[in-house]
Amino acid sequence: MSGRKARNTIRLTASYIMLVILCIAAVYPALWIILGSVRPGKSLYSKTLLPESFTLDHYRELFTSDTYLFGQWYMNTLKIAICSMLLGVLLTLLTSYAMSRFRFRGRKNSLSILLVLGMFPGFMSMIAIYLLLREFQLLDTHLALIIVYAAGAPIGGTFIAKGFLDTIPRSLDEAARIDGASNFRIFWQIILPLSKPMLTYMALTQFVGPWVDFIFAKLILRSKENWTLAVGMWDMVSSNQNTNFTLFAAGAVLIALPITILFMFLQRLLVDGLTSGASKG
Amino acid sequence: MGRHRNNATILSILSMGLGQIYNRQFIKGLLFLIFEAFGIFYFVNNLKDALWGIVTLGETPRTLVKGTWVDGDHSIFIMIQSLITLIFFAIFLIIYVMNIRDARKIGIEREAGKTPHNFVQSVRYMLDYKFAQAFLTIPAIGILFFTVMPIIFMVMLAFTNYSAPDHIPPTKLVDWVGFQTFKNLVALKTWSHTFYGVLIWTIIWAILSTVTTYFGGLLVALLINQKGIRFKGVWRTILILPYAIPQIISLLVMRNMFNGQFGPINQYLGYFGIGQIPWLTDPTIAKVTVILVNMWVGIPVSMLLILGVLTTIPKDMYEAAEVDGATGFQKFKIVTMPMVLFTTAPTLITQFAGNINNFNAIFLLTGGDPVKGDYQYAGATDLLVTWLYKLTLNQNKYNMASAIGIIIFIIIASFSIYNYRRTKSFKEEDMIQ
Repeated sequence: MSGRKARNTIRLTASYIMLVILCIAAVYPALWIILGSVRPGKSLYSKTLLPESFTLDHYRELFTSDTYLFGQWYMNTLKIAICSMLLGVLLTLLTSYAMSRFRFRGRKNSLSILLVLGMFPGFMSMIAIYLLLREFQLLDTHLALIIVYAAGAPIGGTFIAKGFLDTIPRSLDEAARIDGASNFRIFWQIILPLSKPMLTYMALTQFVGPWVDFIFAKLILRSKENWTLAVGMWDMVSSNQNTNFTLFAAGAVLIALPITILFMFLQRLLVDGLTSGASKG
Repeated sequence: MGRHRNNATILSILSMGLGQIYNRQFIKGLLFLIFEAFGIFYFVNNLKDALWGIVTLGETPRTLVKGTWVDGDHSIFIMIQSLITLIFFAIFLIIYVMNIRDARKIGIEREAGKTPHNFVQSVRYMLDYKFAQAFLTIPAIGILFFTVMPIIFMVMLAFTNYSAPDHIPPTKLVDWVGFQTFKNLVALKTWSHTFYGVLIWTIIWAILSTVTTYFGGLLVALLINQKGIRFKGVWRTILILPYAIPQIISLLVMRNMFNGQFGPINQYLGYFGIGQIPWLTDPTIAKVTVILVNMWVGIPVSMLLILGVLTTIPKDMYEAAEVDGATGFQKFKIVTMPMVLFTTAPTLITQFAGNINNFNAIFLLTGGDPVKGDYQYAGATDLLVTWLYKLTLNQNKYNMASAIGIIIFIIIASFSIYNYRRTKSFKEEDMIQ
């Protein structure tokens, strides 16, 4: 019996050591960039992980310099992210509601079409969308980004959301229908409250999209004061990453922080979202 | 007999709305009429140009006349304008057909002695019984213009010669060339060498990155889920961090960490007496690096997923295995693995398809570099999708890029459709859940 106990202890110790190593690997890059952002000087190289002195100058520079309009970019990004999130979630949710609750001609085909459309590489459509926005004179506007992000939302989200809505018992809305509720009312008063976990998941993914998109946003937003954070960041990286690493680090922390905090708080919901989309197709 | 239905049908073929007015649905008929008036006004002005444009793609380029530029036809603008007009026309035709059908249906109902709905009743009927179709038009229009139209446009581009340096408007025209672009891509030595090289690496990358993150995630999940490990939630929360950081940041940070000259990784290796490793600049090592970094990014997702599945495995299955005298490894092999694989198989294929298109992992980390001399505008770690990006935005070889996009689509579509069918069969089996 004692042999078994000893083996158990060895196994657990080994596992704990493994877990600690993994945790260091997971946390290290984040720690490194945070410490890099408060290090004086500009260089990427530092002798030790912990800097000898701390400074917030790099953060200050981001918000006060003329080349980096970080405050402005933050507001732009927030505006675009929130608007496209609201619009995108609404579109996705109503699409998946219709797909999940109604049986109509062409329903299966529409679902397959959605699936196929999601498979085209996004860059393929960039040029055409650019030209289309040019036709409507929407280039260099935030509205263009909001419309495009929101219009694209149902393509990715419908399947996951539909999978979730399918799990809400239909007897609930049938009962409401017998009581004379209209489709809109059923949607607002029954489906919506019950799909809160899914709503959060979708809202989060929709919110993060504009926050990190640096390719399409860069193509559309030409003037600096209209940029989003990701575009500004990308510009900073491609122009002088190696010459001013600590400034990059400060920018990176500022962009990553809100998203990371959101993700960590909502991780339980993310698991649910991921698995419900995965197993129910 | 059949009088109402034929009259209504013929009238609404003659002009939208007439059939409805004949059926005494005046408001509806009027709306249809107004719609048609707008439509005809628009198409009289535009349809002929659109057809001309789509066939010829413009006839006179911008030319220099006595020292000043005289604007000619810009093939690409013409193409997109024609495409938009034709899509409007298609929508118009669909509504026209719907109008005829509607008139006929109501005509039949009248013959059966029913009074046609008045306008308010029609609206109510639609909201109650045709809710899904009526509502879905909003997202459908968005998808039509921002997804379908661009895809059609890009597919069309693949059949033109729209590429730098010889066919870039406005000073030059673009023409239809049929399958020439595809032929060049697979058969012309300069292009095909790059294409097959990049394609093979894309597939290797997709397989390796999927397998490493999946089994890495499985191992970590099992590690956390062991009997006797305490603070499971804490471990999970810490290990999920790489997933929570936006990729644009984490990958750019990684690029700095793996920096050959100043990066901390080489610095630490230096303490152990290991010389500088060209993580991102040597073609082979760079490939290993991207897979390693992708593991860092991807393992947390798989871990989360598999941890979720592990909690759903019924305890009595393990107990039954223990009664039969199964060892820990046997329990894993007989109970855990099949259950996990069964539930996550669709995700595995989705991840594989996603990795073929994993733009961020490559573009942000290496940018496709190190450059390969015998490749056409591609580097050693370039995937098809990053190559496509470079061809479009840096080289303006639009036709080639579109052809590659179509090929990527075919590859991914075949996997996903296979996957989709499997998930459906999963659902019908109803074994799990």
